[in-house]
Amino acid sequence: MSVTILIPTALRSFADGQVEVMVEGDTAGNALEAFTKHYPDIRQHLYDENNSLRSFVNVYIGEKNIKNAHGLATALRDGDTLMLVPAIAGGTRAL
Amino acid sequence: MTELPSDKQHAIRLEGEKAYPGECCGFLLGVFEATGPRHIVDILPMCNARETEAQHNRFLIAPVDFMRAERHARAAGLEIVGFYHSHPDHPALPSDYDREQALPFYCYIIVSVNKAKAEGLTGWSLSPDRAHFNQEF
Repeated sequence: MSVTILIPTALRSFADGQVEVMVEGDTAGNALEAFTKHYPDIRQHLYDENNSLRSFVNVYIGEKNIKNAHGLATALRDGDTLMLVPAIAGGTRAL
Repeated sequence: MTELPSDKQHAIRLEGEKAYPGECCGFLLGVFEATGPRHIVDILPMCNARETEAQHNRFLIAPVDFMRAERHARAAGLEIVGFYHSHPDHPALPSDYDREQALPFYCYIIVSVNKAKAEGLTGWSLSPDRAHFNQEF
């Protein structure tokens, strides 16, 4: 099924300046795989070296954060819109 | 490159002093052109979403606040062009933790606050390969 991925400003330069792209996928994970396969330079900013979604990267389907559903296994419906939303974090070195 | 007006620089310093000994954080709102500098027009302070006991060396802006800020910026004809936060009793230098959590394009401003007094203020952007920060000012 076809879904739309909305790309945050920070990552558009890795996706030919696109604001949004349509991809095929029946889960959030499949859609992101298709997206990063088409724009491989974006992958390092979404996934860590263990191939897990970076902790600060959030994926919303409408108003629903997939972390509060089934994560990357969250099912998609045709026409869904996925929004990539970063949580912004930082701080000094000491714990 | 990023252009930060002196009144906004002053406002960020005040935010850092107000939040001390915790870390302050917020958005940089402005305009940018693909080939030109980013102009910071306004700042949007945020509540540090980290638990109280971690706020002395960590900050977090929740994704739902990011979405609200993006809507606020768009309504004002602006965009999110970066973020600021403070380093209480530490230099205004990005930590490895800052780098791990960063995204390219955005400007990251850090203000050092020593004993409740704002001192150094620096601005950084992440290299495209995530390997290091480049200092902008």
